[in-house]
Order: sequence, then structure tokens, then C-alpha cells
Amino acid sequence: MPQILRSPQAYDVCIIGSGAAGGTAAKILTEGGLKVAMLEAGPALDPATDFKEHVWPYQLPHRGAGVGGKATADFTEFLAPNGSWDIPGEPYTNAPGSRFQWFRSRIVGGRTNHWGRIALRCAPVDFRARSTDGMGDDWPISYEDVAPYYDKVESYIGVFGTKENIPSAPDGVFLPPPRPRCTETIVKKACDQLRIPCIPSRLAVITQAHHGRPPCHYCGQCGRGCITASNFSSSQVMLPPAEQTGRFTLIPNAMAREILLAKDGRAQSVSYVDKTTRSEKKLYAKAFVVAASTCESARLLLNSKSSTFPEGLANSSGVIGRYLTDSVGSSGGGFFPQLVKMPPHNHDGVGGMHMYIPWWKYDRKNDFARGYHIELSGGRHMPGVGEFYETCEEAEGYGVPLKQKCREMYGTYIGFSGRGEMIPNQQTYCDIDPSVVDEWGIPVLRFHFQWGESEIKMARDMQQTFRDIVEAGGGTFYSKARADGAHPYGIHDGGVIIHELGTVRMGSSPKTSALNSYCQAHDVKNVFVTDAACFVSNPDKNPTLTIMALSWRASEYLLDQAQKGNL
Amino acid sequence: MSSGVSRRHILKSLALGSAAGSVLRVIPLEAAEYAHRMIAAEKSTAAPTKAYTPKFFPAHQYKTLEALCQAIIPADQDSGGAIEAGAPEFIDLLTSENKDYQLALGGGLQWLDNTCSDRYGKVYLDCAAEQQKEILDQIAYQRNARSDRSLSQGIEFFSFLRNMTFDGYFTSEIGIKYLGYIGSTYLKEFPGCPPVPEL
Repeated sequence: MPQILRSPQAYDVCIIGSGAAGGTAAKILTEGGLKVAMLEAGPALDPATDFKEHVWPYQLPHRGAGVGGKATADFTEFLAPNGSWDIPGEPYTNAPGSRFQWFRSRIVGGRTNHWGRIALRCAPVDFRARSTDGMGDDWPISYEDVAPYYDKVESYIGVFGTKENIPSAPDGVFLPPPRPRCTETIVKKACDQLRIPCIPSRLAVITQAHHGRPPCHYCGQCGRGCITASNFSSSQVMLPPAEQTGRFTLIPNAMAREILLAKDGRAQSVSYVDKTTRSEKKLYAKAFVVAASTCESARLLLNSKSSTFPEGLANSSGVIGRYLTDSVGSSGGGFFPQLVKMPPHNHDGVGGMHMYIPWWKYDRKNDFARGYHIELSGGRHMPGVGEFYETCEEAEGYGVPLKQKCREMYGTYIGFSGRGEMIPNQQTYCDIDPSVVDEWGIPVLRFHFQWGESEIKMARDMQQTFRDIVEAGGGTFYSKARADGAHPYGIHDGGVIIHELGTVRMGSSPKTSALNSYCQAHDVKNVFVTDAACFVSNPDKNPTLTIMALSWRASEYLLDQAQKGNL
Repeated sequence: MSSGVSRRHILKSLALGSAAGSVLRVIPLEAAEYAHRMIAAEKSTAAPTKAYTPKFFPAHQYKTLEALCQAIIPADQDSGGAIEAGAPEFIDLLTSENKDYQLALGGGLQWLDNTCSDRYGKVYLDCAAEQQKEILDQIAYQRNARSDRSLSQGIEFFSFLRNMTFDGYFTSEIGIKYLGYIGSTYLKEFPGCPPVPEL
């Protein structure tokens, strides 16, 4: 029989989740003198044995395709461990007509072990979108409030980039960027012709030794996890300094189930399932930082029901689960004949693009709201499964001619991925499925997701821009996108870009938001939600850098409150 | 690690790294490369010298699979073919774990033998080289289904097998070398695009 064990030790703060938000909070709070425990739903991580950096496909029996070829559809088995669309025993559901996909990582460091390392600041206008165009809501904070924390995060984790003075893409504290690859040189030239900016990208990869971490060695494999910690992950960059303080306790394989209240209305403990023993445990703390990821944090609060909060903890406003968004994503590409003639050379670079296209049409009227940026890929990277499906499909046949055709086509394709802003809508939210629990007995999330008209029009604009750039660069445009069907203009299903956010949003009014501008619950002062659940809008800036800036800011506020005896 | 850095040297530099008071558990580049190699060696379970026992396909089907893989990617003057690259083993392993693949490939191989028996009175492997070429030429192109609808299942099968054969080939050491991929290494600086007049 599972028994309920009371943890004998009380902590100052319990952090739920070890990713970008939880890791940042752990560093700031422990360095500030607080005693912190962290619950992580997955196992501990040892980069030296868990990461597959520098492993060749032929060194794995499945060659990167995964057991039964299951990894061919999305990410390969080279991906840093425990990131998946489907976690056995931990389902989620979709309401009729919804096709939301939810990527989760159950491992110390969470999704920061394999994220794209794209580290973009939100622009001043992104924080006051409603004031600008009348849609969605303004944030209760401005760019000026967040900027010092962007500075702190960038200075600490290391981000490369260049000063460009582009209003939609604020500059930061940057390390020097790597040189462009051939593919990026071609795109840059095409963009120059079209008067579209194409600038060095901003990635959390260190190009110089930085706070004791050696610089990048340019193997192009960031997504596998980096054994030298030359890119950012919470597990390797945020948690070690927390451990150094001696005030940090990491509890892996701990699935938070419910936050419980004391009689005075404050949060008192978190009830969690110890996955290794299947026993129910409790951890007591003076304050709680919920950083389990946007939807997981919403789920935890919605499942924390009490007589005070029958609709879920800190949910007197009813907004928890609402205002869910993901980035608008659509992709295309081009074949560039000038790349056929390229001599073999090392094209790896960092594990991501060296150049990108920031949002540039902010100075004109568009037929969709807000903006998008374009990410670049392609070229002579390490070949993998799926590399030549398109070539085979197009050329067909077999034998030496097809083999030679593949060699000729290798590295000649440049990919373009648009990432744009979705406006929250009434039809898009998550709630608790009334009839399904996971294997830990915890009620699961049910998703409702719908793109709006503006997002579809944005995807159309992306496709047209990809075509313009490819053709200006002398290439042949390829896209599977169609104007009609389930994915008009190639728009991906909700969740696929893995920029889901907004489910526990901040705001000035407790009637229309769950958190104040310091990520502190309006209803329960010792509960903070510092992951992307707190976002008010979903600008075209990949969220991780902003998550860390907001978590850093919230943590400093929490420290200050603790020192004043308010917790 | 061409400079022949010794294990002792690595342990020494690891010790220096920690003595320097780095709060982060990171290791110097040389040590990292050494560690990578050790890990790669440990993770490598490929044993190309040992005779392979198919996990899914019966002996006759596996021989047919090998013949088809080699026809799809034969050896030529530049490199070896699909068998040398271990493509049949790769396909057999994945198929042994995936019911859909079992149907598509197991059933597809049977379709090929049935069709050859109908046409030539022999299973594929026993057919003459011209007969094998004739049937492959028919199932290697989608357009042939328009003139002969009885080929459509064979075309689907071949298209799927072709993708898997290319996956197996171009994830092999010889396949990657054939493409001319250079990388997965340790650079102090990224050189950027080589100077080429066309760019």
C-alpha cells in the first residue's frame, strides 16, 4: 500500500520544475541565501553518458531512427534524452476538432537540454500590443522593466549576436557571432536584393570561454546536449551554482500532484508522487515557485482544488488554462544550384543558424496582425534518416544514377521556417479532462485549439516571402503548403513549434489575470508561476530568454519579500 | 585525438579545471574529446564482422531483401553498395520492432515473389537478370501505376523500401564518406564558407 510520508524537513522555497524557469529561480534564490528544494518529474541527468554528442549514426544500431523507426517523424534518437510528444502512461487529450500536440521533457533541465538555443528579446512594442493595435492585452510591465534582466541573463548564460538597432529585435549583451555558412551567405545576398534584413542570429552558444565554460567547438550538435556545456542548458548552467551554495536539494522522479493550503489561506505543502516507489509524499515550504512548463503548471493549479479555490488554486479569475497560444509556424525551402558545385567542407558551425531574418514589416500595413521572423537551415550537415526521401520521390528509379543524384543534391537545400505571433482566442485553451487520469492517478489536460484568420494569413505571407527569397537567390522554391485543407499555407498544428504559453497570465487586475507583474499569484501570495504560463502575449520571439528574465526578476522579488518577512 | 594526449594528461587537466574554482562541471576541450571517444566506443554496438542473424525476415525473404537493397544502391567505382553499408541489417532491425513495417515489407516481398511467379514462373531471386530488371523498372516509378493498376501495391512497397535503403546507406560510414560530409569534429574557430566565386 502506498503510504503518505511527511517530509521531515521544511524548506524556504519549493520549486516545481527544473527547466529554464525553475533553474533560474534555483540559482537566484539559493545564492540569495534561501534553502530550496526542487521537484523534477523525470530522472537525474549525466551529460557525459546521456548525451549523444559526436556519436555517428552508424554507431547506433537504429542509426538515429529510433526503435521501430519511431524517431524518424520528428526528432531523431540523437536528441538529448527524454523529450517526446508521447510519454507512456502520461497522456493528454484533445477536444473534438482540436489537434494540439504537447512536447514534454521529463528530465533534470527539461527542454533546455535540447532546445534550439535561439535567444531573442521581446521588443518594447511586444509588451504593449493592445495599445498598438487593439488586440489581445498589454503586459503589466514594459520593456524597460525587463531589460535589466535580459542583460543579467545574457551576461550570465552567454549569447552571441550583433548590435543592429532594429526596433523589432532589440540588441542585447552579445558575444561575437560565428561566421556565416555558405547557405546563409546565399540567403543574405538574396535578402539584400529584396531589402529584407538578414543578420547574425542570437543563440545561447558561447563563442568565447565564459564563466568557466569552454567555448563552442562547432560540431553542430547542440540539440543532442553539449558535454562541454558550451551552450545553455538549465541542468549544466543554472543548477550547478545552486548546488554550490549547499542550500539546494534536487528531488528527481517527483511528479507534483497538488499544492495544499494552510488554514490561513497560504500554500503550505506540495503533494507529489515519488515515481520510483509509487508512493505519495509531501514537501513543506514557505513559498512555491511553479515552473513545470506552461501547460503542466496550469494543470497543477487546476488540479489543486479546495473549498477556497473550487476552480483550482489561485484561479478566482477563472483565467487559468485560458489564453493558450503557440507560435504560428510554416516552412518552405529551396534548391540552390550554386550549392551543387561547392567543394566538400566543414559546414557544421553551432547547432543552429548563424544568420536569421528578424521581423521587418513593422513599418507598414499588413493583412495580418503582429509579425514573424524567419529561421534558416540546410546545407552540408551530418546526414541522417530521411535525408533523401524528397530526392527519391522526385527522381524515382534505382541504381547508380539515383545514388549519384543523392550525392549531387546533398547540402543543396536551404530551409526557411517562419515563427510568428498568435493572438489569443476564446476557442483555444486547456482544461482538465473529466474522465482521464495518468498512471500516477493525476487528472490530465484536455486541449482546445484553433488558429484564427490572422494566423492563416500570416502563414500565407510567410510562404510568399520564402518563395521571393529563394527565387531572388537563384533557387527553385519547394513547399508542401496548400491554400486549403487541414493546414492552410502549411500552418503547423498548435503546439508543434513548442512555444506554448499564456495559461496563467499576469496582469494588473485580479479579475482578468492570475499573477501580478512579479509572477506572484494575486490570490495566494506565496505562490509564484515563473515559466511561460505567465506570458500575456506570444510575440515572434522564442520564449526561453524571456522566461529566464522573468523568472530572474520574480526570484529577486521573492528574495526581497522573504527578507522583509512577507512570506 | 591526433596529438596523442595521454589519459594521465587528461586527468591532470580535469584536476586543474576544478582547482581553478569553476562552479560549473565542465571539462577542457582535450578532455572532452577524449571523453567523447570513450563514450562513442562504449555506445557503439555495431559489430560488422560478425555474421548477422535476421531478427524478422525468414532466410529466403532476407536474401531477397539483400538483393533489392543492393539493386537500389549498388557498389560503383566510388564506393561500396547497400549490403556493405549494413542497410539490410538496419531494415531488418527496425522491421522487427514495427508492425506497420512488417506488413509493408514482409507483404511487399511476398507480393514481388507472387508477381514474379505469375509472370516468369519463378520467385524473384530465381529470375534471370533481365527479368529482375524488368519488374524493378516497373515498380520503381509511380507513373507506371497509371498504365497498369496491378502494379500499384508493388510501387508503394518499392518506394518505401527505397527510402529505408537510402536511410541505411547514408547513415553508414561508407555512405557518409561517399557524400563528402566533413565535420562532427573539434574546431577552435568556425572557418565559414570557403571562397567560391559563384557565391
